[in-house]
Amino acid sequence: MAWKRMALQGWGRVTRAETLASRPERQREVAPLLLAPEAAPGLIAYGGGRSYGDVALNSGGATLLTQRLNRLLDFVPDTGLLVCEAGVTFQDILRTFLPRGYAAPVSPGTAFVTIGGAIANDVHGKNHDRHGSFGDHLAWIELVLPDGRLVRASREEEAELFAATIGGLGLTGLILRAAFHLQKAPSTHFVVHERRLPDLQSFMAAFAEVRRQATYSVGWIDGVARGGQLGRGILQTAEYATGEVPRARPARERRMPVDLPALALNRHSVRLFNEAYFRRVPAAGRERILPVEQFLYPLDAVLDWNRLYGKRGFYQLQCVLPDAAAERGLPALMERVAEAGAASFLAVLKTLGERGRGYLSFPLPGFTLALDLPARPETPALMAQLEAMILDHGGRVYLAKDACLSPEGFRRMYPELPHLQAVLQRVDPAGRMRSDMARRLQIHGAA
Amino acid sequence: MTADLWVVLGASSSVARAFARAAAEGGADLVLAGRDQADLADTAADLRLRTGRRVECLDFDAAGFDSHDAFVETCWRLAEGHRLNLFFAAGSMPDQEAAMRDFRLARSIVEVNFLSVVSLLNRLEPGLRAQRGGAVVVLGSVAGDRGRRKNFLYGSAKAGLHAYLQGMRGRLLADGVRVVTVKPGFLDTAMTWGLPGLFLVASPQAAARAGLQAAGKGRDEIYYPGFWRLIMLIIKAIPERLFKRLSI
Repeated sequence: MAWKRMALQGWGRVTRAETLASRPERQREVAPLLLAPEAAPGLIAYGGGRSYGDVALNSGGATLLTQRLNRLLDFVPDTGLLVCEAGVTFQDILRTFLPRGYAAPVSPGTAFVTIGGAIANDVHGKNHDRHGSFGDHLAWIELVLPDGRLVRASREEEAELFAATIGGLGLTGLILRAAFHLQKAPSTHFVVHERRLPDLQSFMAAFAEVRRQATYSVGWIDGVARGGQLGRGILQTAEYATGEVPRARPARERRMPVDLPALALNRHSVRLFNEAYFRRVPAAGRERILPVEQFLYPLDAVLDWNRLYGKRGFYQLQCVLPDAAAERGLPALMERVAEAGAASFLAVLKTLGERGRGYLSFPLPGFTLALDLPARPETPALMAQLEAMILDHGGRVYLAKDACLSPEGFRRMYPELPHLQAVLQRVDPAGRMRSDMARRLQIHGAA
Repeated sequence: MTADLWVVLGASSSVARAFARAAAEGGADLVLAGRDQADLADTAADLRLRTGRRVECLDFDAAGFDSHDAFVETCWRLAEGHRLNLFFAAGSMPDQEAAMRDFRLARSIVEVNFLSVVSLLNRLEPGLRAQRGGAVVVLGSVAGDRGRRKNFLYGSAKAGLHAYLQGMRGRLLADGVRVVTVKPGFLDTAMTWGLPGLFLVASPQAAARAGLQAAGKGRDEIYYPGFWRLIMLIIKAIPERLFKRLSI
């Protein structure tokens, strides 16, 4: 049977969709599935299932699972150009190419993301200042358009379709194949520097200093510290190791055997955990040699860490504030979250460089903050307040993480939306590509 | 020791793809055989990139018996310098009621799931005996253990297949050629996607690994997952007087 009724969830487990799903195993099956009567109420692709909110969900519609379209098709060592199917994951790339001295140019915080998802959300990593987002490394894509036609898009051919598909939330069609450049990886390990920073102000000052020099940088912030300690945390910077590195034991994959009960994560337990996390790094800082995957994907060590937040799930808020606004905006946001007692575990702070190439690309030069907010009845109201604050500071919310943004806020954050809409008018006049996010944000226009 | 070459038949299926990957990761070269050449070429490229092994593609129509002589000849040519092994995963399970109405469909069930193996193995047998080794791993099915009202066309083809493999196992024993029957329960494949009433569904990757390991250990017949041996033991023990009344 081609279709199966099933329920899919966003990674944050607060969004859920009953959908009719199909899971093609060959490229030639994709176009007929898109044109099938089952897909008439609208279709979206679902890859690794690591988007937090509703970008890959389609309640009452159809969903195409891309996980079995996961073949590597071509690789040219001289140029680093890799061609692969959309369901290939960053883990596939790491395992196949890191031993040969190549790595994905940009990688999100989990290796379970697919290349199709990386394009549709124009993901970024811990090296955005230096290497931009995923779309910056994309040579071309082959896309099954909503009418079933197969087209190739790049900066030269179908340039508007290309820009609409990068960060296009899967709405321009189904990405079948993609070509992008891997970068040379001189080692399988990173040299990682870690240091403690006592508050947000010193954290941001430290970032201003390292963002131009370090290739990789990321800040882990204690989400519950307040007052003079607000924004304290650990700054990690990393470069590829040179020369021989000690052979480390391969890390074991662990699982969360159960959903944690709601009580387990309270402000006291989180405070204890965060204190320990902070003190893990000596006051004078330290240097470690870590396997690439342990630095890039620390949370992948626990396969389903999202169960940490229990059955009710959690929201993730990731926003970026432009450099000029961040100094005032970031403390205000963090204070608001701390005031609400939303007890976010660890928050992640990074810097971003240039804007992305897609119409809805998230990055802009500034500071990006990501925090988990366990779902409670009052959380959506808090998210609305945070949205207003982000707008006041000229920032925007990352759609790959989002489940709450309002259509009005979305329009102000993403002023290039009309360009995407124009492309959608052209390639999908019948509206065959749909998602819960597209409906919520009224991407195809007000209902 | 001679390097292994696995000929994978029906190589577009998810179990066959997983098997080919596991065999290549274990150091074997491959011949992928099937009808969808564009798809096989993609799988071959994937395996070459991931494992660095030699991978060739061949056109293979399971029910095109007249083409099997030439196919077998090509296999032996490609296997030069290797020990040839066979993984057979070609299969089809159309709707039983449709096959009851249309004999051509019923015949194709028997041809693809049973006769194709007879045609191929009979032709390969002299060569396999001559190389005095190698393994033949064939996907059977728990459906072949007992003829059920709901699925006996497919089941009877698989039952014939099981009996054929039992005989062939004995015939090749003295020459060191192992014949392994893998009887999977429910696998999460395109064939079972969306079918009602499935339980404890296993991944094609795990089933493929089990098949490869069984060949390495010289097992004769395995169930995958293993608990299906017990389930089928019980189902086979039900007296026919009772079984014929069961609508399973």
